[in-house]
Amino acid sequence: MTTKQFMIVNRKAPYGTIYGWEALEVVLIAAAFEQDVSMAFLDDGVYQIKKGHQTKGIEIKAFEKTFRALEDYDVTKIYVDQESLTERGLTADDLTIPVEVLSRAEIGKRMEEQDIVLAF
Amino acid sequence: MKFAILVSEGPYTHQATDTAFLFAQAVLAKGHEIFRVFFYHDGVYNATRLTTPPRDDRNVVERWTKLAEAHCLDMVVCVAAAQRRGIVDEGEMKRNGKDATNLAEPFRISGLGQLIEAGIQADRLVVFGD
Repeated sequence: MTTKQFMIVNRKAPYGTIYGWEALEVVLIAAAFEQDVSMAFLDDGVYQIKKGHQTKGIEIKAFEKTFRALEDYDVTKIYVDQESLTERGLTADDLTIPVEVLSRAEIGKRMEEQDIVLAF
Repeated sequence: MKFAILVSEGPYTHQATDTAFLFAQAVLAKGHEIFRVFFYHDGVYNATRLTTPPRDDRNVVERWTKLAEAHCLDMVVCVAAAQRRGIVDEGEMKRNGKDATNLAEPFRISGLGQLIEAGIQADRLVVFGD
């Protein structure tokens, strides 16, 4: 099968809308198709991978655990925008998975290298 | 050029679906090919035949179906997104014990793999969302 570079870009908070969860489903399927998959987290999207989701109060299933399963799918290229973290008072230590923290310009460069960018 | 299109928003609330439709129309008018249109998130609402907009408004669902019939477009609705939102075809009705179907023809319900395949097969996958 042809392999292409897919980047899934997450810009939205984990709950409040379904984009984060349904984007993660795309990641898992793309990985199952043995594509070269990466993820980028920008803006409020960085909250998706913040440690300690507590969703009992909003009665919505937490999907933090699924991020920790990404490694089993060989999805290890996880890029996080430094400025988005800083704006929100976060560092890489607050995140639930190992990531590569990059400047906005660096993330832009990675996007340029992709065959397909799916932004959610 | 061979295009694939991803529609990520529902009709009427968001313009994304109108823009996707107009883009698809323009692509075909220029003689390009559309490998597939894939509907995800609330985009699956583009596929319900029960949509009844006011008479002086565009009918988004009908527009898609007419374009698809004229150009043999493959229009695929994500099964997981459709199940969550109550978009049902004959197979899903039986599988999930429902008493009705609402999927407009020629839309079809299938898996997310169809989106990935569209990305692989097309020269460009164009995303219409917010």
